Amino acid sequence: MIKRFFLLFLSLICGYVLFAQNMADEMRSNGKIYVVVAVLVTIFIGIVIYLVRLDKKISKLEKESKINH
Amino acid sequence: MKKWWWKILCIVLLAYTIIGGFLFKVPRQPFVEESIRNLYFHVCMWFCMMILFTVSVVQAVLYLRTNDLKHDNLSRQYAVVGIVFGVLGYITGAIWASYTWADPNKPETESFASIAKDPKLIGAAIALLIYFAYLVLRDSIQDLDKKARVSSVYNIYAFAFLFPSIWIVPRLLASLHPGGQGDSGGNPGINPNDLTAGMRLVFYPAIIGWTLLGVWIVSLKVRLKNLKENYLNK
Repeated sequence: MIKRFFLLFLSLICGYVLFAQNMADEMRSNGKIYVVVAVLVTIFIGIVIYLVRLDKKISKLEKESKINH
Repeated sequence: MKKWWWKILCIVLLAYTIIGGFLFKVPRQPFVEESIRNLYFHVCMWFCMMILFTVSVVQAVLYLRTNDLKHDNLSRQYAVVGIVFGVLGYITGAIWASYTWADPNKPETESFASIAKDPKLIGAAIALLIYFAYLVLRDSIQDLDKKARVSSVYNIYAFAFLFPSIWIVPRLLASLHPGGQGDSGGNPGINPNDLTAGMRLVFYPAIIGWTLLGVWIVSLKVRLKNLKENYLNK
């Protein structure tokens, strides 16, 4: 579980480092508003991953409780 | 995940809201300036709350007609998530107001005194408090059928009170908030004179996206509650 989270975290960081290097100039243009967009998109991705995992867990429990009944 | 297509729609619409909401052009107005982009976030919280409360009251009526506890569970979860969105709308509104309505040259207490009198704020606070009371009332009754019945009836009352407290009274009085007396009138989010076409392009998808997010959370809560009941009945 912890390993999985660590991998997820690592992949996110890697993604952003690469992204930032390629787009360094664009990220710094326009009053750096793109930085805010990147931050909010990251938060949003985090919330979505959380919801999807919760949804899957509940689906699994539903399946199990159906078998037991 | 079962029936996943609308969840993907929700994710896509919200991603579009965040990106378009920050990068698309908006008109510059005095005082508000770029902070008008809050329209895609703060206003959508309230729209989402209203839609969730509407579904909640429909489920409450369905419970009273059928006596099926399934509707009562749905009604309760829709109301709770609606309250969460309402509280978020209130907090984001407070942040927005402190940088647009408050006069930076006056002491903070004085600005607060003038802002706190605003009819829109008082109305929204009353509406939310009535819904808080819904939860208190609900959880104070032990008997399942009685709980469902009393809280369904109260839910209808709470919904009816939304009309004067957030839709009628704030529009009749002078208000700092858009949509008060002396403005172009009506809901500032829907009124055709208040939004440019470009803002509409983000605003309407944003409402749908945030509402779908709320419904998603509701569906998770309902399923969890059903699982809990199955487990307890074993």
